[in-house]
Amino acid sequence: MMLSRLKRDLTMAEAARMPGGSRVDLLVVADMVARGAKVLDIGCGDGELLRLLAEIREVDGRGIELSREGVNEGVAKGLAVIQGDADTDLSDYPNDAFDYVILSQTLQATRQPRVVLEHMLRIGRHAIVSFPNFGHWRIRLQILFRGQMPRTDNLPYAWWDSPNIHFCTIKDFRDLCMVAGAKMEQSVALNAWGSPIRLKVPWWFWNLFGEQAVFLLSRKNSEQTGK
Amino acid sequence: MVNRPPSKAMAVKVSEMVEAVLAPVDRVRETDEPHSEVVRFGSDKPLRLDAGVDLSPFQIAYQTYGTLNAARTNAVLICHALTGDQHVANVHPVTGKGGWWDTMVGPGRPIDTERYFVICPNVIGACMGSSGPASTNPATGQPWGLDFPVITIRDMVRAQAMLLDHLGIESVFSVAGGSMGGMQVLQWTASYPERVFSALPIAAATRHSAQNIAFHEVGRQAIMADPEWCKGRYFAERKDPRKGLAVARMGAHITYLSDAALHRKFGRRFQDRDNPTFSFDADFQVESYLRHQGISFVERFDANSYLYLTRAMDYFDLAADYEGVLANAWKGSSTRFCVISFTSDWLFPTAESRAIVHALNAGGARVSFAEIVTDKGHDAFLLDEPELLAIVRGFLEGAAKARGLPAVQRR
Repeated sequence: MMLSRLKRDLTMAEAARMPGGSRVDLLVVADMVARGAKVLDIGCGDGELLRLLAEIREVDGRGIELSREGVNEGVAKGLAVIQGDADTDLSDYPNDAFDYVILSQTLQATRQPRVVLEHMLRIGRHAIVSFPNFGHWRIRLQILFRGQMPRTDNLPYAWWDSPNIHFCTIKDFRDLCMVAGAKMEQSVALNAWGSPIRLKVPWWFWNLFGEQAVFLLSRKNSEQTGK
Repeated sequence: MVNRPPSKAMAVKVSEMVEAVLAPVDRVRETDEPHSEVVRFGSDKPLRLDAGVDLSPFQIAYQTYGTLNAARTNAVLICHALTGDQHVANVHPVTGKGGWWDTMVGPGRPIDTERYFVICPNVIGACMGSSGPASTNPATGQPWGLDFPVITIRDMVRAQAMLLDHLGIESVFSVAGGSMGGMQVLQWTASYPERVFSALPIAAATRHSAQNIAFHEVGRQAIMADPEWCKGRYFAERKDPRKGLAVARMGAHITYLSDAALHRKFGRRFQDRDNPTFSFDADFQVESYLRHQGISFVERFDANSYLYLTRAMDYFDLAADYEGVLANAWKGSSTRFCVISFTSDWLFPTAESRAIVHALNAGGARVSFAEIVTDKGHDAFLLDEPELLAIVRGFLEGAAKARGLPAVQRR
């Protein structure tokens, strides 16, 4: 069902307009965003997702990026990007300032993932989080047989120079959603080839075969904020 | 030994001396009858000043570049800095040098005069054709001097709004400026949010810090300590406080650079000599450079204007107009902002720009913010900084698309 919606919304014409084509995980995120929404992308890099969202979803997009190079590249592309740190700067944003707050492949690089997620749920009516699944079978096998921190195409760093300091599995992330008061509205796992796992499968299967996961979240009890 | 015919060296020296004598004459002429477009506002259109008095009649000198489109949607207002003027992209009528923002403004430049209609007015209180202390006071027929009312950044902006009214421009596509120009940009977005589609405050702040006020005070004291200042009546006394103004400029110029830039440019190198002279000559290159900066500045600037404009910057505190809450200055603003700072700027450090960005975010405004790595200090905004140029270009292109301005067809 997800894929059919993807096909419907992201027509070939739209995809062709994106220079160099787009990563599937970004297309999955884009599919969760309503047209014309106000979006904050935390850790937006050089602004690839923001550009995609502006192009095919006509969003009013803003970005925060830690690296100066990323920010300057994004601003030069005409995007509204500011230099900032997800761990410290989110508290400056007022409640319900955005329709969607997106954390794409950045959760594992934050110092306080729970605080960041709670801020996202406060600032946005929805939060979208995508992250590499540390429970994927290949990662499990690498630890089991090599006895070393795993390195994959998605996670190419050595442990000592990795920006990724808070890895989690899909199951772990579900636990975080519980404690942070997030309601899971939609979830997609991408397999090793980057395509969505379509089958209605139990969580343990996702946790084993999903290389990446994308979650659409909202506040469990929206009246709680503001108190 | 340099083998040069003495007559030529002599001729150069004489022409330099003549220029030095004539330059102030040119400068004084520019204050009332400038080499620029001038709008004169009569007694029916007074300028209401923050000081509580009306300035009337008064005039604004301005330069324009490019063509205003039929829908009048492509105007870019450029606000100049403390010692700048309206000659942003043309040869200066007094110094004969190129425009102060030639790298940024012109055909094919980031602020593209083939696409945008660029307006740069001389600020009120300055000395290049807009009413200021060197202008003739219509009531007495003499230069205003210290009888000119103290003006603020908001007064400058109010006057610019009257200029836009006069030109029939309802709203500008963008307002851009650095330093004191950036202060005007910020004031524009707060005072007239509906008239500003996009804004580029560069190396700016919403208030002048205590340190900056202190530096300005040193400059003002240098001017006022010059016996030729004559309590501001130097025109009537046929005097010129060149020394005081030059010292003020020398001090200020240091704050526009950085330790690293000064070291890179001059180090401890000697000027045209191999050993110290054991005197107070300009032994060091950096001394010679500063003296040159001071001397060339007095040729084109009025000492009293320097007092008035530094005062206007000192008084600037945008949050104070909004119960101390900066975010309230931009509540509900739909202006697109691009805030830019420089790593080595210690006059308007990045923290000041960050405060602007936080306040804009709190109000939900659309803001971009970039900090550019450079060792060139505050003056970096005037220089050929590729990253600065790329960011301004990209930001304006994005905004132009949103405003529906067509791209330039280039052959």
